Amino acid sequence: MTVGGRTLVLTEGLSLWGGMDPATGELIDAHHPQRGANLAGRVVIMPSGRGSSSSASVLAEAVRAGTAPAAILLREPDLILSIGAAVAAELYGVDVPVAVLSPEELAAIPDGAEVVVGPDGVRRA
Amino acid sequence: MRLVVRAAEVTGAERLIDITAAHVDSCLYHGEASLDFVARLVDGDAHVSVPTTLNVGAVDLLHPDLNRGDPATVGRGRLLMDRYRALGARPTFTCAPYQLADSRPALGEQVAWGESNAIAFCNSVLGARTNRYGDFLDIAAAITGRVPDAGLHRTDARRATLVLRLADDVPARLRNADALAPVLGLTLGRRAGSGVAAIDGLPPGQSEDRLKAIAAAAASSGSVAMFHVVGSTPEASTLDEATRGIETPVEELTLAELRAARDQLTSGAAQSLAAISLGTPHASVEELERYASLLAGRRVDARIECLVSTGRDVLATAEERGIAGRLRDAGVELLVDTCSYIAPILRHAAGPVMTDSAKWAYYAPGNIGAEVVFGSTEECIASAVAGRVVRDDGVWGEA
Repeated sequence: MTVGGRTLVLTEGLSLWGGMDPATGELIDAHHPQRGANLAGRVVIMPSGRGSSSSASVLAEAVRAGTAPAAILLREPDLILSIGAAVAAELYGVDVPVAVLSPEELAAIPDGAEVVVGPDGVRRA
Repeated sequence: MRLVVRAAEVTGAERLIDITAAHVDSCLYHGEASLDFVARLVDGDAHVSVPTTLNVGAVDLLHPDLNRGDPATVGRGRLLMDRYRALGARPTFTCAPYQLADSRPALGEQVAWGESNAIAFCNSVLGARTNRYGDFLDIAAAITGRVPDAGLHRTDARRATLVLRLADDVPARLRNADALAPVLGLTLGRRAGSGVAAIDGLPPGQSEDRLKAIAAAAASSGSVAMFHVVGSTPEASTLDEATRGIETPVEELTLAELRAARDQLTSGAAQSLAAISLGTPHASVEELERYASLLAGRRVDARIECLVSTGRDVLATAEERGIAGRLRDAGVELLVDTCSYIAPILRHAAGPVMTDSAKWAYYAPGNIGAEVVFGSTEECIASAVAGRVVRDDGVWGEA
């Protein structure tokens, strides 16, 4: 399973519930530094998940609506996002990889770069 | 079961353990994906295998007139709540299941809870053990009765790895004030992230309502699933117990940082007000009694919508004790089964809306487009009566 997209680096973790509008993919958390960015189709890089346990539902709904990130890359595992992605794959046949990379690996990926996320990791497209 | 096994892979667990109860958040409608998922469970004839409470949904089922969303969406929200009830879960529809006398797991009990504030309360205040079970996995755990043996289910993960100590410049009066708890929680979430921190420097024996406010705020600004309050929470009777005697980094929380965190919760400079929202997470009987006492026979200003969110079971108790009647007589509206920042409930949602909840203040601007004024419970009630923002900053050392 390989997906591609342009990276979007979020400098703080995001709770998808209350943080992303699944109808549009827009980042709506008023307290987040990247408020107003759009997550749809992007390879979203952030330190961690955050906040609401409803984020699994919001990710699945975004997949259904076609507004989900292409992939989510984190520094630490996030059960809520991983389960949301697993349910979306089961319901809608769309894979949104949720992967954990080391801080060094993540820091080496620039914002706005075209990348490919696959079983062997992340590489520039 | 596939979801539970997937969770075990993600967490690196080597085995599954039994749980005794579950609290399920999946009953809140987020779009058709919510219904598509539960349809699979219904088709598979699934049923919960442990006592299961339900979190808030998108609709007040007991007061239909309060739901102002479009009728089709309200209908979908109601249908989802019905679907989860049909799986055998109790229709509690509250984000504060710990307020239900028969749904409070004991110290050390293994459970699977969803709803971020409830997760943090369960681990920290009850001393029962849960990880952050998000939507889908919460009901999967309730059906299978199993969860991965990982994270906060295990004793070693429950130790404080960071100590947050109130600095000497935080006045004693503030340490003893209800107003501190939500702000402290917000700061805790930012500092601790997903880690377990111990708060040191609060007077011992903090009330459950204050600990609830800390939990809800910390699980909004961070991913806090557990914290200790030295002298108040059951696994931290002393700082040494919270850290298990292991040397642990100590960070100070200064008055300036706490004031800054408080100020960040207010999104506008409003003096006029459209509404007051209290009860996030759902108000306890004690909090409802407190609102009624603070109102002291006065009425909410006719221009102001004053809404209190609570659970239907707490409301039933408040009705029996005459508290609900006193609040209604004063012009307060009581909302159950949902909350005013997740569904179209408020008549003037754009605000400005005043709240005493850091969680409400955190999410409402994004969720319902509200301009928010954050204040203490006393300030909120005083403002409701006055019809404008009333401040009493004395407790923050600013008077």
